Amino acid sequence: MKDAFGLPQSLLVLGGTSEIALATARRLIARRTRTVWLAGRPSPALDEAAEGLRALGADVRTVAFDALAPESHEAALGKVFAEGDIDLVLLAFGILGDQAHDEQDPVSAVRVAQTNYTGAVSAGLVSAAALQNQGHGSLVVLSSVAGERARRANFIYGSSKAGLDAFAQGLGDALYGTGVHVMVVRPGFVRSRMTAGLAEAPLATTPEAVASAIELGLRRRSETVWVPGALRAVMAAVRHLPRPVFRRLPG
Amino acid sequence: MSADTDTAPVIEWGSVTGWGRTAPTTARLVRPRTYEETAVAVRACGARGSIARGLGRAYGDAAQNAGGAVLDMTGLDRVHAIDVEGGTVLCDAGVSLHRLMEVLLPLGWFVPVTPGTRYVTVGGAIGADIHGKNHHVSGSFTRHVLSLELLTADGRVRTVTPGTPLFEATAGGMGLTGVILTATVRLQPVETSLMSVDTERAADLDDLLARLTATDHRYRYSVAWIDLLARGAATGRAVLTRGDHAPLDALPRRARARRDPLAFRTTRLPAAPASVPEGLLTRTTVGLFNELWFRKAPRSRTGQLQRIPSFFHPLDGVPHWNRIYGPGGFVQYQFAVGHGQEEALRGIVGRISARRCPSFLAVLKRFGDADPGWLSFPVPGWTLALDIPANLPGLGAFLDELDEEVAGAGGRVYLAKDSRLRPELLAAMYPRLADFRALRAELDPDGVFVSDLSRRLDL
Repeated sequence: MKDAFGLPQSLLVLGGTSEIALATARRLIARRTRTVWLAGRPSPALDEAAEGLRALGADVRTVAFDALAPESHEAALGKVFAEGDIDLVLLAFGILGDQAHDEQDPVSAVRVAQTNYTGAVSAGLVSAAALQNQGHGSLVVLSSVAGERARRANFIYGSSKAGLDAFAQGLGDALYGTGVHVMVVRPGFVRSRMTAGLAEAPLATTPEAVASAIELGLRRRSETVWVPGALRAVMAAVRHLPRPVFRRLPG
Repeated sequence: MSADTDTAPVIEWGSVTGWGRTAPTTARLVRPRTYEETAVAVRACGARGSIARGLGRAYGDAAQNAGGAVLDMTGLDRVHAIDVEGGTVLCDAGVSLHRLMEVLLPLGWFVPVTPGTRYVTVGGAIGADIHGKNHHVSGSFTRHVLSLELLTADGRVRTVTPGTPLFEATAGGMGLTGVILTATVRLQPVETSLMSVDTERAADLDDLLARLTATDHRYRYSVAWIDLLARGAATGRAVLTRGDHAPLDALPRRARARRDPLAFRTTRLPAAPASVPEGLLTRTTVGLFNELWFRKAPRSRTGQLQRIPSFFHPLDGVPHWNRIYGPGGFVQYQFAVGHGQEEALRGIVGRISARRCPSFLAVLKRFGDADPGWLSFPVPGWTLALDIPANLPGLGAFLDELDEEVAGAGGRVYLAKDSRLRPELLAAMYPRLADFRALRAELDPDGVFVSDLSRRLDL
């Protein structure tokens, strides 16, 4: 159960090697979290991530999960929920793709969309139903500022996050009053493996900062969290820029 | 009563929180109006179990059950029998202490123990084994329970009497041994419905502890409001209010109260608004309140006549006062440490004061002997309770540190107030926890009775 400050005792990470998710898990283990499930494609990296969290004192288990195989989600996640209540589901899987390459290779572009959007639709619905059965829990969805307005430089990724973001908002409204809380997290540029080698955008942040914002959002039962918080105002302005001006923005 | 008992109890899904308004969860709300309906609701509760709920005054998640059934017991509200000679009452578990006062005071009887609100049910009073300002004299509520009827997981209704393991597990057992249906409670005789109250100020914590130790035994009721925002030499300054039921001859000869000395008079102000912005209670506003509260108290006054509500239940005068903390809600932290642990108490008060927690409802009380319940809260010694807005940054980690100090001093926190304890500390705080778990495992192997509290703390 979550405590008065929204801190979970059990955590399910979808996308168990995500740096933001692992930073969040470390933070929550330091407070109340004792049980962690890391869901992802079986890999040495997933085992390593589990080992790292075990060293912090949590009971960590891994479960095979592939965002690209939505037909398997019900069985894979059903197994986790059958073992006990999950207080927090962190939907953290996603890929950035390679915009320049993907524009030439529609199949790999679709893979970005299938992972980030349709994979999340399926995993999100399966998790939401399980949380609703429990009558409590939070579903935290890692979206991105890239979904707020499509940019020339990353619109394939951005459009997938836009879909995810809209889906998560709608899901949050659908679950209002059921005891299940959905929180959409929109980080800006996060310095991580995913963005290694890319030119840094203004207001860049870190996985740890996102983790800290998630903890605060849980306490406040927030529905939308921007990281850093200043992005809320920045993106409100950016959203309304006329197209010719927006096109000329750097990046 | 009879006309509508053959219809099904009201069932709806709803979001439930405790009085602190934190951590809402959703449950099926069932409002049984008869013992039979209660038994049906328990039998039909499904895999996520059920828990009885009274008037929702537990601060945390004790009367919540996410995804399962929450039995609103206030429909079981009959006072069955009053022994006017012997001073006992037999009533349903859903009867409130307020109702009992309305019924009993005109007959010259008072409830044996009342907490800071009279809007708790008899069932809740037993489940939390509540205490009041008279704990140092009279002990907790369940010490005055002569017997109770308990609906257990197997569907049986058992008569449970003091001295048995089931009674001791149920007293303070947070509703996890079954649903209390009725109770027979021993009462306190009174001549009037007024209180004779002595008030004095204590300059600091040491002064307060000394005054309580030296003269508490002279009073049936005793409590101290403590200013936790005062710093330096004034750390722990307090206002003591102590007293007893006023005897008839204490009333002035021509007073209006003489005509009807046992009348139960209450006044209620308008309710707190449904929506209060966050951040009304800050260090500044609470500090100002505390300063005024301390200064308005007389340095020393004896024999003031007060009505029962203003002496025992000042907050009941403002319905829904819990809303003033805004949508973020609040946490009540109440702990107890034994006699001889005054150093730990000083340390904790010092830390709270240094941390500048905006707490205007802080009370300190000296406890008497421990009570029979395995999970009963009181230990002979000291208890401090304070309310803190839940949105105070870093509050969770700060209270965790206090927990360590409390547990280190052999103390404990009160489960009826708790919404955030680290489960690992529970066994150290409650040595009979293993017995409680064992009895539950035997009595309720399928986990029919379960609450968010029991899930969170693995009770």
